[in-house]
Amino acid sequence: MEDAFQQAIEQRVAEEQRHHSVTPFFWVWGVLLVLTAIEVYLGYQNMEPKRMLSILMCLSIVKAALIIGYFMHMKYEVSRMKYLTMCSLVFCLAMMMVFFPDAFRILSLGVK
Amino acid sequence: MAEAALPHNVAAIYEPSLFGTYSKKVGMWLFLLSDSLTFGALLYAYSYGRLSTPNWPTPFHSGSIVNATIMTAFLLTSSLTMVLAVNAAARGNEKTRRLWLLATMACGAGFIVLHGKEWSNLIAEGLRLPIFPAVPHQEVASEFVNVSKTVPQFAATFFGLTGMHMLHVTLGVVYLGVIALRRKFIPILLALWLVAWLATPAYSPFHYGAHVLLIAALVCSLIMWLKPKIYDAADVEVAGLYWHFVDLVWMFIFPLVYIMSTKIV
Repeated sequence: MEDAFQQAIEQRVAEEQRHHSVTPFFWVWGVLLVLTAIEVYLGYQNMEPKRMLSILMCLSIVKAALIIGYFMHMKYEVSRMKYLTMCSLVFCLAMMMVFFPDAFRILSLGVK
Repeated sequence: MAEAALPHNVAAIYEPSLFGTYSKKVGMWLFLLSDSLTFGALLYAYSYGRLSTPNWPTPFHSGSIVNATIMTAFLLTSSLTMVLAVNAAARGNEKTRRLWLLATMACGAGFIVLHGKEWSNLIAEGLRLPIFPAVPHQEVASEFVNVSKTVPQFAATFFGLTGMHMLHVTLGVVYLGVIALRRKFIPILLALWLVAWLATPAYSPFHYGAHVLLIAALVCSLIMWLKPKIYDAADVEVAGLYWHFVDLVWMFIFPLVYIMSTKIV
């Protein structure tokens, strides 16, 4: 019986997807390629690593948001799904940033 | 009494899904969230090493960057073809769905081949891990003469991060192959394993890495034997989520590993 219920939800989701136009996906693909080209261009600019890392990460986060939102259909999910999954992910990943001050400390000390 | 009423009023008996979607999709999202933390930890470790090491090597000349850019284009295009496969599956268009899935697999295979070429070139130039078999008559390129001694974390993080991603892409291609071709994909997978195993020299890590295809063939055969089924639109969508995740991770690996280590002449 649970299978029947799952199938009913699957059919409803498929029905919703039938109404999605494919045009935005082509736009997103184009934007992702352009952002990649900008990253490659930045690679050849003689920039300080910390600044370069910050800019590249910002571009990567924009690309990730486009992939999750459009390609992974998160844009079309209910709010509860969007916020629970994304907030928990961002929180866990942000917690790992606690190690970065140590990396800067080593850099300012120099390699012994 | 309640049992007799169940088939006619399913929605009234079961509460609506908390996340507004089916369990398989929620399950895949949970897996992807846990996998994000695995890659997150690896990427943070790489960034830590990059920032805290003043003499970090920058060995990627324009040839490598062009190669990695083409690989990125392959993955981005594969994501587009995957979305089109999901759309075709939702519309019930079986033939188009299969064609887009095969196109996605072709782009993924292109990515793996280019990445394998990149790895082989770097290994031939002297960038290697201690666990790799020795390359006969090897001449170490100037970029890598002291790298293994002064910055050993470069090779460790590079091969660790890109190797983990390559494994995910390979398993993604296998996953899509099973969804698109079902049992017919198993002999293809075994043939690919044999070609990859015989065509690579014994000192190449791919000579041993090819066995991933054999293990995948055995696991897929077991799954299809235990639970034979026709994969529907929901299965294609769930496989698509995995594939897009693999693309998403590369969007962080490409700038961190390649762009941050570009050799500026």
